Amino acid sequence: MASETTPIRARLRLPTHLLRPGGGGFGMVPMIASVVLALIVLAALFAPFITLHDPVQMSPAQRLKPPSAGFPLGTDAYGRDLMARVIYGARVSLIIGIGASICSVVIGLAIGLVSGFFRYADAVVMRIMDGLMAMPSVLLAIAIVSLVGPSIWTVMFAITIPEIPRVVRLVRSIVLAARDEPYVEAAIAAGTSLPRILWRHLMPNTFAPLSVQATYVCASAILTEAILSFLGAGVSTETPTWGNIMAEGRMYFLIKPELIFWPGLALSLCILSINLIGDAARDILDPRMARRKE
Amino acid sequence: MRGYITRRVLATIPVLLVVAVFVFLLLRLTPGDPAAIIAGDTATDAQIAAIRHNLGLDQPIVVQFALWVGQLLHGNLGTSILSGKTVASLIADRAPPTIWLATITMVLTIVVAVPMGVLAAWRHKTWVDHLIMSLSVLGFSVPVFVIGYLLIGLFAVDLHWFPVQGYTPPSQDFWAFLQKMILPAITLASIYVALIARMTRASLLDVLGEDYVRTARAKGIAERKVLFRHALRNAAIPVMTVIGTGFALLISGVVVTESVFNIPGLGRLTVDAIFSRDYPTIQALILLTSGIYIAVNLLIDLSYTLLDPRIRY
Repeated sequence: MASETTPIRARLRLPTHLLRPGGGGFGMVPMIASVVLALIVLAALFAPFITLHDPVQMSPAQRLKPPSAGFPLGTDAYGRDLMARVIYGARVSLIIGIGASICSVVIGLAIGLVSGFFRYADAVVMRIMDGLMAMPSVLLAIAIVSLVGPSIWTVMFAITIPEIPRVVRLVRSIVLAARDEPYVEAAIAAGTSLPRILWRHLMPNTFAPLSVQATYVCASAILTEAILSFLGAGVSTETPTWGNIMAEGRMYFLIKPELIFWPGLALSLCILSINLIGDAARDILDPRMARRKE
Repeated sequence: MRGYITRRVLATIPVLLVVAVFVFLLLRLTPGDPAAIIAGDTATDAQIAAIRHNLGLDQPIVVQFALWVGQLLHGNLGTSILSGKTVASLIADRAPPTIWLATITMVLTIVVAVPMGVLAAWRHKTWVDHLIMSLSVLGFSVPVFVIGYLLIGLFAVDLHWFPVQGYTPPSQDFWAFLQKMILPAITLASIYVALIARMTRASLLDVLGEDYVRTARAKGIAERKVLFRHALRNAAIPVMTVIGTGFALLISGVVVTESVFNIPGLGRLTVDAIFSRDYPTIQALILLTSGIYIAVNLLIDLSYTLLDPRIRY
């Protein structure tokens, strides 16, 4: 009956309570972060339509020019349009961020499920993961890229490997806790096949924490890719990436700091917004952490 | 207690072994002939054959691994392709700037991050807390080299407070050394400070809700003593753990910071090794940094008993 007495206007109200911090949904900050990230994704998708120049087209007459109508952010040392390069740079970062987070979550989930469920596999797998974690991720990625050769796939592979142990540890801890739950014991007693127990009964427990973890992996992968490019161990220098633009801009930093500033700003905003979305997702999905934050 | 230490030390052996296997396989599993890769693009067939023989590549892979580990245990990390010097001597030459940078960064981090975390937890849910947490998220998100160039642009280029880049050994001119170290140390500390401030705050918030903190306050003990003596000591263990795991960030950050600030340390050695495709050096650097990471975390694990007398093994 109560619903009939509710004024119709109240039902049509915009969900503004979701914007307030602690309003049960996304707060203001994650909302802004989502908009920023969406803009970066759209810019990357529609890069050919919103840029004025080809990002790799050199024009020696236009070297290191200040911002103008033709070149909104000016040009680099080869006369290439800085704005086009920064926009195209988002593509590599996003592909690697998304690719590395999907790969490391899928591989880590498979290894973590097996490792958490089978005690005898656990000891060996966890020692391997400890070893992987002990190797500094940037150094390991540098070594892989310099050995296999610089391509976007090598870089993605090199970034995925060091991220796997963190996912494995998370999945394993969830499986270890869930393994002794009555519904899992009941499934075992009922003679459910092993793959089915892993797939139907244990895996769904990992989805919420894994989706949070995936955002952090994505941010970390984008950061590592930029570091690799910056150090000259990333995607080929012909491809415009934020790290590559900054690496080339280093020599001209004293005369044209914009070459470092703009790609650096884009990179920072991208990682910042992903991290903020991840934090918000964690607060919603993990009540224990949310309580601590309050 | 002694039994625990022994067991904990022995437990690092399998981890070290896994690292060694990875580093070994890295070169062996790469498409192509490892000898040709090591020899570089300009080597003759005879040189490649000599390297192949020296590495024992004509032997089974298990024997190769055993030989390699045997060499490592004798302290032989290999010979750099680029300079022809032993990798061990290269590392010894380049280590001091990195050790200085890492030490100053560690001290700076702990001096800044722990009080920040305590302040944020103490003034929980006020603007101070929000400010510190926002700075911490920024520290996580703005890459080390972006921070480095911002600091150079502001404090070195515009304000002329510090030199732009470079390194002076402290024995030569201590004042110049300090001036050149401040910006790199702040740069490198940024992400580490963010991590530790966050952990200190979270850990302290848990402890501040405990009964003994309320009792201490009820007894009328000064708030400073409650925070630092009663609460922080009990909140220290998760913070120590994060200092240990965060050490990996420090190692990665060193590589970037040294190339931004042109410091001739181990990070620069790594970058030089990539460009010259100097694999023995890259291998040795990964082994070394992993070893340091494992050792740091071992020491932190062992320090728990000192921090918290309740922990007995």
